[in-house]
Amino acid sequence: MSFYDQWAAILIGTVVGFLLVFSALVGAKLLAPYARERAKGVSYECGMLPLGRNWTQVHVRYYLIAILFLLFDVETVFIFPWAVTFLGLPEFVLYQIIIFIVILGLGLVYAWRRGVLEWR
Amino acid sequence: MSGAPFLATEHWWDLRDLSNISREILEFLDRVGPDWLAYVVSPLIGFVAAFLLFVLPSQLFVGVYGERRLIGRMQSRLGPNRVGKFGLLQPIADAIKLIQKEAITPRGADKWVMWTAPVVFVAPAVLVWAVIPFGPNMVIADIPVGLVYFLAITALPVLAAFMAGWSGNNKYSLFGAMRVVAMAISYEVALVLGLLGVVLFTSTMSLQAIVEWQREHDIWLVFLQPLAFVIYFISASAELNRTPTDIAEAESEIVAGYLTEYSGMKWGLFYGMDIGYALAAAAFGSTVFLGGWSLFGLEEWVPPWLILVAKTHLFYFVFIWTRGTLPRLRIDQLMALAWKYMLPLAAINLLVVAAERLWWHEAGLGDGIVYLFAAANIALALLLVVGWARVLGYRPERVPTRPRLVKHVGGYVAPGAETGGGR
Amino acid sequence: MTEIRSEPFVVNIGPQHPSTHGVFRVKVTVDGERIVDAEMVMGYLHRSIEKLAEERTYTQNIPFTDRTDYLSSMSNNLGYCLAVEKLAGIEVPPRGNAIRVIMAELQRLASHCMAIGAFANDTGAWQTPVMWTFREREKILDLFEMTSGARLTCNYMRIGGVAFDLPKEFEPACRKLLATFPSFIDELHGLLSENEIFIARTRGIAVITPEQAINASLSGPMLRGSGVAWDIRKADPYCGYEQYDFDIPVGYNGDSYDRFIVRLEEMRQSVRIIEQALDGLPGGPYRTEVPLALRPPKGEAYARVEGPRGELGYYVVSDGGPAPFRFHIRPPSFINLSLLKEMTVGGTVADAIVALGSVDIVVGEIDR
Repeated sequence: MSFYDQWAAILIGTVVGFLLVFSALVGAKLLAPYARERAKGVSYECGMLPLGRNWTQVHVRYYLIAILFLLFDVETVFIFPWAVTFLGLPEFVLYQIIIFIVILGLGLVYAWRRGVLEWR
Repeated sequence: MSGAPFLATEHWWDLRDLSNISREILEFLDRVGPDWLAYVVSPLIGFVAAFLLFVLPSQLFVGVYGERRLIGRMQSRLGPNRVGKFGLLQPIADAIKLIQKEAITPRGADKWVMWTAPVVFVAPAVLVWAVIPFGPNMVIADIPVGLVYFLAITALPVLAAFMAGWSGNNKYSLFGAMRVVAMAISYEVALVLGLLGVVLFTSTMSLQAIVEWQREHDIWLVFLQPLAFVIYFISASAELNRTPTDIAEAESEIVAGYLTEYSGMKWGLFYGMDIGYALAAAAFGSTVFLGGWSLFGLEEWVPPWLILVAKTHLFYFVFIWTRGTLPRLRIDQLMALAWKYMLPLAAINLLVVAAERLWWHEAGLGDGIVYLFAAANIALALLLVVGWARVLGYRPERVPTRPRLVKHVGGYVAPGAETGGGR
Repeated sequence: MTEIRSEPFVVNIGPQHPSTHGVFRVKVTVDGERIVDAEMVMGYLHRSIEKLAEERTYTQNIPFTDRTDYLSSMSNNLGYCLAVEKLAGIEVPPRGNAIRVIMAELQRLASHCMAIGAFANDTGAWQTPVMWTFREREKILDLFEMTSGARLTCNYMRIGGVAFDLPKEFEPACRKLLATFPSFIDELHGLLSENEIFIARTRGIAVITPEQAINASLSGPMLRGSGVAWDIRKADPYCGYEQYDFDIPVGYNGDSYDRFIVRLEEMRQSVRIIEQALDGLPGGPYRTEVPLALRPPKGEAYARVEGPRGELGYYVVSDGGPAPFRFHIRPPSFINLSLLKEMTVGGTVADAIVALGSVDIVVGEIDR
């Protein structure tokens, strides 16, 4: 099988996956009872009526973690191709990657010292 | 369905390689049907066979039934034993019950997102099996970036979990959604860095090639990369929300986390596919770290797919085991574990592996050197795990686990003023 | 990093929450996941027991005491009977006292089993500890069934003694239980007290200083967890506790973990007491006969026992009639709970659940 055949298989898998979900959901829609009632629609809050709004602002620490994640995940995207081929590459590439990892490590240390990693 | 013939026979009845049967079918289709038919049917056979022979039975009888039975044993009770012989029909009864329960959508919920979430959650569950090699010729799509593909696909359920939590118009769901995202992205980083060590050793990202590499060198990567394996296990259980790290569904804190407002089949899809993803993570872990379908030459006689299934279930058993034993960590502790503990260790591991691999390659050493690397890496892993914990201020010997004893009542007992004893 | 606040919002934890141990409600205001305010709401299980008791005779009131703290009915029976005996001046025969001690200590074992299991469940140990402790608790409840005929609400103590003598098969069964119990406690010790995750979740959470504990008049494991040596069995002995040899376990700095290990150690000490009581079980009558419609002289009496949760007091006022004029319970979990706000504010939601679990509340007793 060629390169494209492999990805065609993935495409077919996607279609199969969606069919699976829709059959389950449609089956449930057909078989499950449905009765409209007012009290059912109240969102659960330990048996009490919900107090105030349910969608609120999210704490900023989540964004900090998200930014860190972006940094490190992008880093690994760069490292993966290198990891596959690094044996055939010239020596300076290795040093570059090491410098790259060290810089990111310093970034982690910086974030650590600034207290971003403390979950307060 | 590529790769060189591996087993002795290519007869369709040789069950050691199930791709023989599919090849016969495909050849027949090629003869009678149009050209594209074989292209479409070939992966379909793979998916259907993988699901019917392995995923679905495992999900039902290991994931739903077996897990409950085993945890029941661990908790000195029986577990489900009423429906059918030994309760074996319990998962089917559950499915029937779930499909005929009303799926309530609360007022004020984001209906569209709420119904899309299970779709986003379940649809990729099929795709993860595309790259898992069940045997030398038995992989649905042996794509060259299988490892990254797997990571990418398993990141989708996190999105679904967030959609589910956000759409429910419920405070507990919102808590669960925020927790699941924060935790999943933190553990993703350590997981990816850990797996990089594996890629460095094998110089490939195709899962089939990783298995072949382990077979050729007669060593499992778990010995070469013990640290990466532990990081993989912890990260996988974090992303799967299994118990030591199940803060997103923490029952005793936020009721059911992001699934609080889900009911009926909408919930059933999440529940069922949670197990599906756990199985996939187990299969991926056994492929990458435990030699996949190979078992030191035994795969010539025993069907390789059976070996992988056995390994997957053993791996999954460890998930069940931790679930039955350990309490849950708090979110700040989990984040600290990911960022302060596993990430630096994974980075160090990465550099060490790169140095080892380069030395091996440059010095032109023989394959026997892997055993030396294994011993060195195991020792290094132990050293790093213990040493880094100490650096971060972990002192277990300073935590007294028995209270002080006094004989007589009085006020506050200052340290060292104990009078009790006896027995 | 400077403290960044997001919009605080209010969440109900309870009344229908998996880990409020009954219908108890905490209205918490959270900022992100940090709790900035907590307000307790009680009364969902109020059954007006104290008022109802004024309409019934002294003996008829014993079943009510079963139902306040339904996890330690024996201790509640005992506290009430002691109060009425004090009021009416009734002496209990030595055998009755010894049986009472055995039952009260067995009840402490059963109740602490429940407390530890539920507490471990609150930290997220998925059902395993609670199932193990339930398994052992069942054996104790079997003993209760053997003697009193009931498992949960035993209604076993009587004014002047106990309802029935111990059956023949009780002593071997009880000794068999006592022989296996320490190994079970060791098992729990290995599963929980030496578990890294459990320690991480409970150490330093919901700290109560000794001063706070004394000022809030806490009692039981809550007080001892803070390092204060106080036990009614030693300070104000009843039922002949002064003749038994046992130690008071005290904690180090009053966090949830200390309360947990204190409870675990108390179970060991209870086993010791029961063994001593069984060894020295006197013969003779088990009950002083008192009239069914008891009319104690005018006056008041307060009797306290060391219940599993702390000082369990009963205050009874008589006007000379067949029913108490006033009947009041000092519920230990209600008073222990009074520091919940101090324990939870500043921690996360997860910590609040652990804090609540470490108090070991029984809502039937809080609301009465």
